[in-house]
Amino acid sequence: MSNSVGIVQAQCATFEQPLIFKSGAVLPRYELMYETYGTLNADKSNAILICHALSGHHHVAGYYADDTKNIGWWDNMVGPGKPIDTLKFFVIGLNNLGGCHGSTGPSSIDPATGKTYGSSFPVVTVEDWVNAQARLADQLGIQRFAAIIGGSLGGMQAMQWALAYPDRVAHVLAIATAPHLTAQNIAFNDVARNAILTDPDFHGGDFYEHGVVPTRGLRLARMLGHITYLSDDAMADKFGRELRHGKLNFSYDIEFQIESYLRYQGDKFAAYFDANTYLLMTKALDYFDPARDLDSDLNRAFAAAKAKFLVVSFTTDWRFSPARSHEIVHALLHNRRDVSYAEVTSDHGHDSFLMDDAQYMAVMKNYLDRVGEECAR
Amino acid sequence: MNTSIIQSRPDFAAIASWIPEGSAVLDLGCGDGSLLRYLRETRKVCGYGVEISDANVATCIANGVNVIQNDLESGLADFENDAFDFVILSQTLQATKHTEALMKEILRVGREGIVSFPNFGYWKNRTQVMLGKMPVSNDMPYQWYDTPNVHLCTFSDFENLCNTHSVRILERQVMTAGKRVVVFANLLGSMAVYRVKRAG
Repeated sequence: MSNSVGIVQAQCATFEQPLIFKSGAVLPRYELMYETYGTLNADKSNAILICHALSGHHHVAGYYADDTKNIGWWDNMVGPGKPIDTLKFFVIGLNNLGGCHGSTGPSSIDPATGKTYGSSFPVVTVEDWVNAQARLADQLGIQRFAAIIGGSLGGMQAMQWALAYPDRVAHVLAIATAPHLTAQNIAFNDVARNAILTDPDFHGGDFYEHGVVPTRGLRLARMLGHITYLSDDAMADKFGRELRHGKLNFSYDIEFQIESYLRYQGDKFAAYFDANTYLLMTKALDYFDPARDLDSDLNRAFAAAKAKFLVVSFTTDWRFSPARSHEIVHALLHNRRDVSYAEVTSDHGHDSFLMDDAQYMAVMKNYLDRVGEECAR
Repeated sequence: MNTSIIQSRPDFAAIASWIPEGSAVLDLGCGDGSLLRYLRETRKVCGYGVEISDANVATCIANGVNVIQNDLESGLADFENDAFDFVILSQTLQATKHTEALMKEILRVGREGIVSFPNFGYWKNRTQVMLGKMPVSNDMPYQWYDTPNVHLCTFSDFENLCNTHSVRILERQVMTAGKRVVVFANLLGSMAVYRVKRAG
């Protein structure tokens, strides 16, 4: 693995200063898990923050010494010589607040009660995450990021950075994302949430106390989500109408290969992901709407941005379609901000942003090479 | 770099001469972004390109040129009315399908348009047609079967289109092999750059 960042170690940052959420809730103290790759240069100008999507976390690249098969979720993008080049940049991945990979979240112990937060964990928004990320940046001594990069829900965080902290980010790479979710998109999230909320093992979010996990609900939520992350064509290509046992069995067991695949994905996900985190993540997606308090005028929302933007979408992504990226581009153009937009032809639907695609990789690499030159100046 | 660009693309110098410093410019079919890069370096423009090809989009980004990947035939919906001081269509007009609609869009989005294209009426092209062949030249370097050009025209044809579509021609520079042509332009000029705006 010559182009891997190699063995990495997760770190934990502790924050004793209370965080006030958009909802008004207050978290007096919290921890964020993060990893870093590459070296921060002397003037601390080469830092890149990677914001994760719904099921992501801080383990972006490399692998652990004691778990070499556990490779970071964006290892194809981040590493020496890769588009997010760790020879040039100091790259930070973190697990967002409310997550279930070590950062303070619903499954953490609330020091005030000695019990898991469960249902009492505040509903967290993209704005809250970005505020928490800014404090992590403070702690690492990074005043201004060379770039902040995210796909999907991560792209929303990257955009929010440019709006809330315009002087703290030079470039935003917003990939397969949208300026807010559509009604259809919220609807998918609500069905997923309902699967969890109506699972008898959910116990209103306090299932930890009952020693159970709402696996069925989480599994259904993931199965539904997974369908929407793939394209019709990709599913047809991969599974078609192929039968697992070669014939119809006239039963409700798994018959079609797609059923087998989805159930496998659902089971895999439900085994490690936290149901409350899933609820929080989908809610953050639904709530994000920087134009909401500005008469839904996205042009006004982006007036605050100073960063240069690269916006990327994928042709078969129907959950965060190219049309949604055009809305972002339109608002940036209106404000005469530097922006490039690439619409990548890909068969893989929303998941394309995690895949290897020559054009996608070239666009990312070419853009970030320029960012790297700026840092070196 | 600038010198070589100007040698290979004589229309660039003409285009640049019309663009005041700091203008907002949109280059339609911007290719690898060399014109925008040239204008940024020589005129400090705030520029964007529109380009459909994957390879060109990646190259524009490598050149640090703002590029919006889109098919300009499907309209310029990303751009607001009068969003730019200049909208440039450089050596692309003849390859557009919806030429008429695009001309309208150019003058909706830009206060002025700058359009360059090869002259089908150039005497060498006329000679080739008289000899029974489709013309092939430096400005139209394609065979009839592989050409992207679908709407070739002469200077007169283009000027007629402007007349009938309320487009005012402000200025024209005709050239052959990089040299200015002033007489019998429609015969002696191999290409031209026009500066146009909405009439009225």
